[in-house]
Amino acid sequence: MTKVTMTVNGKSVSGDVEGRTLLSSFLREDLRLTGTHIGCDTSQCGACVVHVNGEAVKACAMFAIEADGAEVGTIEGQANADGSLNVIQQAFQDHHGLQCGFCTPGMVMSAAALLKDNPKPSEGEIREYLEGNICRCTGYHNIVKAIMAASGQDVSAIAAE
Amino acid sequence: MPKDTGIGAATTRREDVRFLTGRGQYTDDIQTQGECAAVFARSTIANGRIKSIDTSAAAAMPGVLAIFTGEDFAEVGGNPAGWLINSRDGTPMHEPKRPVLAHGKVRHVGDAYAAVIAETVQQARDAVEAIEADIEELPAIVDMKDALATDHYVHDEIGTNQCFDWGWIEDNRAATDEAIKNAHHVTTLELVNNRLVPNAMEPRCSIGHYNPGTDEYTLHTTSQNPHLTRLLISAFVMGIPENKLTVIAPDVGGGFGSKIYHYGEEALVLAAAKKLGRTVKWTADRTEAFLTDAHGRDHVTKIELALDEEGNFLAFRTETMANLGAYLSNFSTATPTFLHGTLMAGNYTVPLVYVNVKAVFTNTAPVDAYRGAGRPEATFSLERVIDKAAREIGMDPIELRRKNFVKPDQYPFASAAGLEYDSGNYDALMDQMEKVADKAGFEARRKESEAKGLLRGFGVNAYIEACGIAPSNLVGVLGSRVGLYDAATVRVNATGNLSVMVGAHSHGQGHETVFPQVVAEMLGIEADSVDIVHGDTSKIPFGMGTYGSRSLAVCGSAVVRATEKIINKAKKIAAHMLEASDEDITLKDGVFSVAGTDKSVSFGEVALKAYIPHEFPLEDIEPGLEETAFYDPANFTYPSGAYCCEVEVDPETGKVRVDRMTAVDDFGNVINPMVVTGQVHGGLGQGIGQALVENTTYDENGQLLSASYMDYTMPRADDLPFYIVDHSKGNPCTHNPLGVKGCGEAGAIGSPPTVVNAVIDALQSGGKNVSHIDMPMTPHRVWSAMNNA
Repeated sequence: MTKVTMTVNGKSVSGDVEGRTLLSSFLREDLRLTGTHIGCDTSQCGACVVHVNGEAVKACAMFAIEADGAEVGTIEGQANADGSLNVIQQAFQDHHGLQCGFCTPGMVMSAAALLKDNPKPSEGEIREYLEGNICRCTGYHNIVKAIMAASGQDVSAIAAE
Repeated sequence: MPKDTGIGAATTRREDVRFLTGRGQYTDDIQTQGECAAVFARSTIANGRIKSIDTSAAAAMPGVLAIFTGEDFAEVGGNPAGWLINSRDGTPMHEPKRPVLAHGKVRHVGDAYAAVIAETVQQARDAVEAIEADIEELPAIVDMKDALATDHYVHDEIGTNQCFDWGWIEDNRAATDEAIKNAHHVTTLELVNNRLVPNAMEPRCSIGHYNPGTDEYTLHTTSQNPHLTRLLISAFVMGIPENKLTVIAPDVGGGFGSKIYHYGEEALVLAAAKKLGRTVKWTADRTEAFLTDAHGRDHVTKIELALDEEGNFLAFRTETMANLGAYLSNFSTATPTFLHGTLMAGNYTVPLVYVNVKAVFTNTAPVDAYRGAGRPEATFSLERVIDKAAREIGMDPIELRRKNFVKPDQYPFASAAGLEYDSGNYDALMDQMEKVADKAGFEARRKESEAKGLLRGFGVNAYIEACGIAPSNLVGVLGSRVGLYDAATVRVNATGNLSVMVGAHSHGQGHETVFPQVVAEMLGIEADSVDIVHGDTSKIPFGMGTYGSRSLAVCGSAVVRATEKIINKAKKIAAHMLEASDEDITLKDGVFSVAGTDKSVSFGEVALKAYIPHEFPLEDIEPGLEETAFYDPANFTYPSGAYCCEVEVDPETGKVRVDRMTAVDDFGNVINPMVVTGQVHGGLGQGIGQALVENTTYDENGQLLSASYMDYTMPRADDLPFYIVDHSKGNPCTHNPLGVKGCGEAGAIGSPPTVVNAVIDALQSGGKNVSHIDMPMTPHRVWSAMNNA
């Protein structure tokens, strides 16, 4: 077992992990931050996307010990300081960008990373960026729309509610 | 003017907040003090005889607590089929036992033959590797045609791989044959409805708990219908009394059919929990999900359409082989039969329909209902052969459909496939589709595509489905062994807020928002004061769960009935409080008033009075304000739609891109248009996925080649367009109180043939005489079809 220390959602945490412990397991099982989801075992689905030192990372593709000393952000730390939904979360609710909610944390974390680098992405850029996030419920329409809305774009011309 | 609350309002979903902040609680998120882990040993052989299983080395591994094999469950029951289908000759289908763990034989890759319980998942995984299983490999039965010819069997005890040979409607067989023999024109099409994996994003997970003090079991599990799961475990498999078993399906990350069914893992964690006195948890990994979740579709069909000189449909005749996989899953025998054959008249006045379905066991994962369940297969066959017929007789495909549509003055309409459609207007949907899709602009768009060197095609589809499944009396006649009502309890609490316990289960459908819209509208109160309770058999009345687009049409109707009872009783209480007669009490905006006076009490005051019944006329009114209703519908509901799709095909590569996808649906009345539109979007995504990218591939040895997201292509954001969705032309269902029809599956039913029709149109426009391409229409298949044409 190896001791790791990292900052998760602004708080310093530490724990003893095996070499093979994935960051996703450490977050879910040791820290009980179960908003980070496991939807596959080949790093394809994106339900476990978190931020490590500001970059979007699939937490199932990184060992916990690799995150030693890092700043980690998870879905649990995304809301505004007063607990209200942040701009991206609110846009997902306003535009029905989620149904079962399982892929949603990864989608929100990916969207945040995209908008940091590209504050006004086009529809095509959003679709391309989400290549590593699978959703089975929404057909992606309202996810793409929500991300466009969160970036301040007028989505009223996009069909449907 | 759109409403902002109640029925018809696009209310945003209250459940979103917990999902968006990471506070949802899915089964695997539940962690219990002292829990241990189950991992299954799964067959790598498709068809094999178990000669011995040596678990001694595994049992000695660190952390191992117990090991189970099929022998441990030899005395308990099998997981049953929910529908009894009789063959054409009247004999009942074959029902081989589906054990908790494979016993005697393994029958598909992934079939579990042992389970290890250990302190940690890693220890259990390591121990599974140490199990020595001597399994004699037998020839794998994979292809359905081969299965019907070989003398090797998936289930040796039944001596055939054919489960049943079903005819519908058998009395029409001779007349249909005759009509086809004598017709002016017959169009024939052979097609494959490709096997799909539902792929809910949350893998299955089950947690078993046993309390020795009370002899009570609790199962947390990823289920669309916790009461059905409890019934199956109690009455058929484990014999645990229903009153000693609680089944809880907490937040569930999608289902699409795959979480309707009871699976052996659920029984195993309960048995292990009792044996060890520990909480036992199993979570599937994605490859296990591919290997063992019930798959969908997998039909091989020949369909013929007979027409007269004017293009009137005279008969449809279908021969289908339906793959059941290795075992009968709970709804598997209903899907290719009554959920498919009864829809084979489509939206049309065709007088004769005959469907023959041979259901086949193979050494593959069980196949069962997946989003649409039989209706996508019916729609695909019909709407592809109609499109082919239009080309053959030189008629516009929309005109040919319109010519044969059931007309609005013909309802209720008795279809040639045995159903009675209650309402619809297919021409109006087609009109609306042509308008919102800008069909008139297609030729200009085609020229633009051609200028880029691309072929553009326009494909259409008209579908009808039977959902809101369904009337117990009717499904009983059709072979169902369960009823298909649903139930709701409306509990008005003393302080005036409400808990509504429902039998339906929400795993993405938005019930927590939508059902309160209905109750709030009926009572004239704020929706925020109404909460939905679902998914826990210890809290909710006995309901049948969510599938077949039934939640609102069936359970929502039960909610309405229970709320009506609440109103009736509340009026009595109000009458007592206001010293008036019951008949003079009216309810408006949450206030009970005596007609023609200014006397009134609020809903909240009545609620409080019900629980503090001082000076109550107890001989007339019981204390409390809580009512339950069970609702069993009079008929299926019949959503219908007109869809169109425009694709661009690159003739150099065969790559297909969906440029525009339009869905115009008749869902009857709509409670929450935002949620309904979202349901259609999801169905379209899955339907386009089936048409273009998704496929489940077994090799000749029964190895699943597409068992991960590296191998099975899931549609991604960049495979799909923005959709045009319209449900403004609804004709209310005539037999349920909300006039609703159900919207969960439509998109997946209507879209696959639309996309194929569009691709064929594109290739024809490029001078390629291609009449059919099987799904998924990968670049390789499209390019090959073009270059072989």
